[in-house]
Amino acid sequence: MHNKTIAELAKGLRSGEFSSVELTSAFLDRIKQYSSLNAYITVTEDPALQQAKAADARLAKGDAELLTGIPVAQKDIFCTEGVKTSCGSKMLDNFIAPYNATVVDKFNNAGAVMLGKLNMDEFAMGSSNETSYYGAVKNPWDTNTVPGGSSGGSAAAVAARLAVCVTGTDTGGSIRQPAALCGITGLKPTYGRVSRYGMIAYASSLDQGGPMTRSAEDAAIMLQTMAGFDEKDSTSVDVSVPDYMAGLNNRLEGLKIGLPKEFFGEGLNSDVAAAIEAAVNEYKKLGATVTEVSMPTLELAIPAYYVIAPAECSANLSRFDGVRFGHRCENPLDLTDLYTRSRGEGFGKEVKRRILMGTYALSAGYYDAYYIKAQKIRRLISEDFKRALSEVDVIMGPVTPSTAFGIGEKIGNPIEMYLSDIYTIAINLAGLPAMSVPAGFAGGKPVGLQIIGNYFAEDRLLNIAHQYQQVTDWHQQTPKGFE
Amino acid sequence: MNSQWETVIGLEIHAQLATQSKIFSGASTAYGAEPNTQACAVDLGFPGVLPVLNEEAVRMAVVFGMAIEAHIAPYSVFARKNYFYPDLPKGYQISQMDLPIVGNGHLDIDVDGVTKRIGVTRAHLEEDAGKSLHANFHGLTGIDLNRAGTPLLEIVSEPEMSSAKEAVAYMRKMHELVRYLGICDGNMQEGSFRCDANVSVRPKGQQEFGTRTELKNINSFKFVEKAINHEVERQIELIESGGVVVQETRLYDSDKDETRSMRSKEEANDYRYFPDPDLLPVLIDEDFKAQIKAQLPELPQAKKQRFKADYSLDEESATILTSSRQLADYFEAVVKESGCEARICANWVTGDLLAALNKAGLEITDSPVSHERLAGLLKRISDDTISGKIGKQVFEELWQGTATADEIIEAKGLKQITDTGAIEAIIDKIIADNQDQVEQYRSGKDKVFGFFVGQVMKEMQGKANPGEVNKMLKAKLQ
Repeated sequence: MHNKTIAELAKGLRSGEFSSVELTSAFLDRIKQYSSLNAYITVTEDPALQQAKAADARLAKGDAELLTGIPVAQKDIFCTEGVKTSCGSKMLDNFIAPYNATVVDKFNNAGAVMLGKLNMDEFAMGSSNETSYYGAVKNPWDTNTVPGGSSGGSAAAVAARLAVCVTGTDTGGSIRQPAALCGITGLKPTYGRVSRYGMIAYASSLDQGGPMTRSAEDAAIMLQTMAGFDEKDSTSVDVSVPDYMAGLNNRLEGLKIGLPKEFFGEGLNSDVAAAIEAAVNEYKKLGATVTEVSMPTLELAIPAYYVIAPAECSANLSRFDGVRFGHRCENPLDLTDLYTRSRGEGFGKEVKRRILMGTYALSAGYYDAYYIKAQKIRRLISEDFKRALSEVDVIMGPVTPSTAFGIGEKIGNPIEMYLSDIYTIAINLAGLPAMSVPAGFAGGKPVGLQIIGNYFAEDRLLNIAHQYQQVTDWHQQTPKGFE
Repeated sequence: MNSQWETVIGLEIHAQLATQSKIFSGASTAYGAEPNTQACAVDLGFPGVLPVLNEEAVRMAVVFGMAIEAHIAPYSVFARKNYFYPDLPKGYQISQMDLPIVGNGHLDIDVDGVTKRIGVTRAHLEEDAGKSLHANFHGLTGIDLNRAGTPLLEIVSEPEMSSAKEAVAYMRKMHELVRYLGICDGNMQEGSFRCDANVSVRPKGQQEFGTRTELKNINSFKFVEKAINHEVERQIELIESGGVVVQETRLYDSDKDETRSMRSKEEANDYRYFPDPDLLPVLIDEDFKAQIKAQLPELPQAKKQRFKADYSLDEESATILTSSRQLADYFEAVVKESGCEARICANWVTGDLLAALNKAGLEITDSPVSHERLAGLLKRISDDTISGKIGKQVFEELWQGTATADEIIEAKGLKQITDTGAIEAIIDKIIADNQDQVEQYRSGKDKVFGFFVGQVMKEMQGKANPGEVNKMLKAKLQ
């Protein structure tokens, strides 16, 4: 049951092969069985079974949607009414949101069953899930390695079949990188495609929620539910949502693929490069043509990102002050003590590092040199992509320079950690949609192919990924011990 | 004040915009609710929530900008102003910095009969903070976030006022304007209209400005004048005794009538402004501006000129009647309803009515005497049903009760007697009873005439038509 796709499960639920309660129970059992992966921060067993019962009733009545009765899980960055929403931080260990994120409401309305809240890097700051207050998550493919981050719990849960499909968020690669390291499918939509309301902000101009699933088809089903304008989010875009399933089977003859030479330079692991090359060859067989494109400003993406994202986060995280919610220090002496100790105790090291970097970058006398310059670079990067995407339909390359690294291997070296997002960060700066698709293995560990498309071309990306998944079975591989 | 010194003043006015809901949330802006009952998750700065701009606040800012003939920015941007304070839930205030919605404009003020144009540098939209409450919390501080997110228009003047008097005139004029435009209720007690003043002095003739101090918390016209005068004196004394003015923020204490240092420039926050990524830039096109312009009400200055021209009012009456849009509307309604001469209507409105309102501490909008009822009274005076004197008596009754002037005149039998036979009989009686005075009058003492009028009116309980009485008395006394 747990290896089936959403479409297969939806069929089973309708044919009476199994009920949503049975399906949900099976996943709850697996979550318990594999709790050592540490993928979940909170498991909402009772509410899940209640939702499953309601879903079964809806299925019986015949007014069910595709996701009705399907067990999903939410990254713990999405606010869930009545359920702890920690954002992976001690700061919010006691925070029970009084409202749902728009995305959560949409899943509820669709009748999906929420199994629980998934582990993540603290406030989505990290690339290995090691900055979580709730501890590291293990990669099911090799439990000595990280699942990636920040949506590490999400990726591990899908890879280990601890949920059918899950949400993630991506600010600099936080959906695609863990999807790649865990051998699953992840889609970061165009900035503004999915509402950010109720999604705890890290860097508001870059954050975007999206689906993490086993297949492109499942991602299409999920995105169909998640996408759309939300009047509660001024940055969500009022562009109509296409039928993501409709074009999945379009053929790829004539597809123009661009390979940026900057994605294949120094630092890329040769086994990963080989896997990507093989994937591109599959596309050639499907009728695509391949040309080289150039993204000269790409090397500036990481420095620009590490000015803009920390700058925004330094303000976004100011609300965590111990006054109205969240962690408050014991017996504060005065206001300053309340602030400094509550924040000092509530935030982890990486979060503090980024708040400090951002505060510095915005300070009087440095603003022009850092923030303004980074914004200029951001514009140049967008222009580079625009130019490239006027020549080709999609851009392809690796998601990460290497496969999953060891737990503890990079956590002491932030710069090296930041470099693991080198191929993903620029896409956030440009606001474009991009996917990570399983594309084989290197040294027994999954490799992700990145597909980058034009604004609001999610349907095209899903079609391209789905066609690849019709001729390959990388996305169907299950890690040993989790079959 | 010392004549060797020249004062330079600039004002920053915060006007709370009279929107129904907050600038970035749907919570109500009504004043005086139980603490924290009008603060939603957005106002409380909860995790994950997002601001959504209230379009009505934008419209009001544009209305203001047009009224001061300012540049309306086609593209303006909200920015985050970062600082920690318990009544600032997000740890930043959403404001505007580099690209405000309203640019350069101006306002004309009248001081001692001279009109002076004061430049307005800019006006920008921002959200208000909450309130810290220090009483009754056993040494702790209470926080009320009802006010958090209330839309403010911060109006910044050029440093072009040179006396406290001018500053007060500017503030009053601005107060009048925002109320005219219906964008602010102007209630200073509730903090809907607040003012900070930047004050410096320099030797007369010097071009460059002296070091300025910023006076906070001066929330009445009286305090603005007192606080500025006090600060000017302090600065002059300081400089003359060899000291230097330090750039700082000073708080005006109205109880002690003094200013005291709040924080120096060195202690000032670095607010680390940057564009708020949660909000899109505000785009204003020509169509929108044209639409606003068409809806713009007649402004105080124009209204005053029109009142002088159309109603033949003097400067003083026109100024008083146009001091608020509601009062002007009331006056015009009385003129229209009564059909009486405008000057007489003006006298009644600025005289008896305003006196009664002031005494009772009421605004024109709360007047117990509606414009219809006052017009009813004026109609009866102008058609000689009652005299002006009886009119005052009827006005009292109008103020106290709900009856119309006609009902009062009828019930109290106040109708003027124009029956010449009745008047003649009384006059004959008075002449007969006062032969001495008749002799005096006939021998040339004109003053005695008043005595006869008084006696007749007394006898007739004031109800006789005074014109008729005069005419008949004159004839009889010949």
